[in-house]
Amino acid sequence: MNPVVLTNVNKSYRLDAVRVPALRDISLEVRPDRFTVLCGPSGSGKTTLLNLMGCIDRPDSGAIVVADQPVATLSDDALSDFRARNFGFVFQNFNLIPVLTAFENIEYPLRLAGMATEQRQRRVREMLEAVGLADRADHLPGQLSGGQRQRVAVARALAPAPKLVLADEPTANLDSQTGAAIIALMRRMQREQHLSVVFSSHDPHVLAQADDAVFIQDGTITSIERRENRGGTQL
Amino acid sequence: MRSASIAVRNLLRNRRRSVTTLLAMIVGALAVLLFGGFSQMVKNGLETGFVRNSGHLQIQHRGYYLFGSGNPAAYGIRNYAGIIERVKADPVLAPMLTVVTPILQMGGIAGNFAAERSKTVFATGYVVAEQNRLHEWNDYRFPTTPLRSALTDSSPDAAVIGLGVARILELCAPLNIPDCPLPQDTSEQGGARMPPDIAALTGSEPQTKAQEQTRIELLVATAQGLPNVGELHVLKADSLGIKELDDVYVAMHLANAQHLVFGREPHQATAIILQLQHTSQIAVARARLQQLLDREFGEDKLEIQDFGALNPMYGQTITFFNTIFTFIALLIGVIVLFTVGNTMGTAVVERTVEIGTLRAMGLRRSGVRNLFVLEGLILGVVGAVLGLAASIAAASLINHAGVYWTPPGRVDRIPLTLYVLGANALLAGCALGLISVATLSAWLPARRAARLNIVEALRHV
Repeated sequence: MNPVVLTNVNKSYRLDAVRVPALRDISLEVRPDRFTVLCGPSGSGKTTLLNLMGCIDRPDSGAIVVADQPVATLSDDALSDFRARNFGFVFQNFNLIPVLTAFENIEYPLRLAGMATEQRQRRVREMLEAVGLADRADHLPGQLSGGQRQRVAVARALAPAPKLVLADEPTANLDSQTGAAIIALMRRMQREQHLSVVFSSHDPHVLAQADDAVFIQDGTITSIERRENRGGTQL
Repeated sequence: MRSASIAVRNLLRNRRRSVTTLLAMIVGALAVLLFGGFSQMVKNGLETGFVRNSGHLQIQHRGYYLFGSGNPAAYGIRNYAGIIERVKADPVLAPMLTVVTPILQMGGIAGNFAAERSKTVFATGYVVAEQNRLHEWNDYRFPTTPLRSALTDSSPDAAVIGLGVARILELCAPLNIPDCPLPQDTSEQGGARMPPDIAALTGSEPQTKAQEQTRIELLVATAQGLPNVGELHVLKADSLGIKELDDVYVAMHLANAQHLVFGREPHQATAIILQLQHTSQIAVARARLQQLLDREFGEDKLEIQDFGALNPMYGQTITFFNTIFTFIALLIGVIVLFTVGNTMGTAVVERTVEIGTLRAMGLRRSGVRNLFVLEGLILGVVGAVLGLAASIAAASLINHAGVYWTPPGRVDRIPLTLYVLGANALLAGCALGLISVATLSAWLPARRAARLNIVEALRHV
């Protein structure tokens, strides 16, 4: 089962009176247990594609199937519940909830998923251990460095064991060393937990880590490289 | 990490803004509750004054209220003593009653022959001991000593007159009334020269002796329509707080008043005053009294007037204060509405990315809306609690500051007492109002937050 399948997807945005095409006739299958990298210059449509995959935006035309479920007909509430069950998001600006501690930030999506208290707290502690922040559990985001914040964001995205983790240039606001550490962390956790991760970036170091590389330009997929599986499930 | 905990933390995130919002609510609560407490004091004060003077209910001859004022001959109650006895013995009414007493009111002309002055007056005869008991009614526990009638333990011909009557009859000097001017010339004199024929009725010459200087003559019409003059010994001039009353008021013993009007014929009263333990008993007491009068005194053609009808000024004053109170409450409500709305609106703008993140993670629109509404609700609850506490404290300070004032329609100074603590309906209404307005004003920004497009929210800078 592919975590996401897009068929002939089009998306445009309205800029004043003009419609600006963002994606044109996109068809893509994201394979399970793969570290997929969307690669392309700024404005190529990477983020729009991620938003559509993550069901936080709807296409103008075309079909999106997530975990064998067509999402076009889902109501807003149903789509919200669907996102809580199936996706983990890592954002460029970390997007942690500033009034919640690291522990609570990781716990939040587990609450939304309706996980029982004991199981939830155990899972949060596991994730904090996994990202090396067990001693920062009670820290607010404002008390953490950029790298630590992004590690909390990674733990938050991975905690509910989603079918697909979507990361939109998560290293763009980090220095190269910290960024490399985050990529390594995500890659390790993807392998350990057999996750499907879609990562948007134009960083060659990220691209080097990809199982599958999808190249986008001007809203169109120019090529897809299905590379040798470097730790995921063999097709 | 419950929703309430997150809401509180969000409110504490921008402490200055939250404190400013709370201050607006506290000031609003202070304004509403202190004015409400003041209004309650005025209401209680007026009610106490009216109940002490005219009781809660009066039994009158039918038509007396509308047509018979000052006409005891046509509208007197013949069997007033029997009615009083029956009312006091009634098992339903008796536990509610504090005083049942007759009064006789009549119009007349008062004259001071020593100064050759006269004045039309409205005289009241009452039973002094029972009048004093009427004045003891204090259901709202005003910290004042009940006024005792100046006629207490006085001779049967004693009288108390209004300050205006004393001034016009030139009795200020004999009664030792300070700040009481005499007319400078005839054109300014309030009283008329006594006509010679009326003066002749007294059968006496103007008195000049000092001990006779506080005597006046009262000319009234008897039950047969004949003129009759009684001599009264004025003990004191009282101010009633209203000039029109001061200019006509004469009070005397009931027996003396009855003797003047009815002579040797059976004495009558123009009203029977019933004073109850509590004003809230009026409806029950009135119904029972009506039943009693219909059943046993139908031939006497009686009717009952209640406290509100007897004192229309009471209702007018309460309406006036209620109108101002409503205006203030509405004004404060609008201020709180905009203050909380502004606070929550700003919070929504500031937290747009956060809203987008929560929605992306799977929080429903209703979850976002509830989060902001909850913040408004918490602001409302905290504001209401602090506002009530501040108002109770402020009222207590004012009540213990030793401030005295003279309410409208009264002559005695009473302690300024704001009825806030214990005014449960007022407190509950204010708290509920603040909470409702705060929640309502958070609802619109919350709705806007819930309807944000996730992608646009995440892009927000």
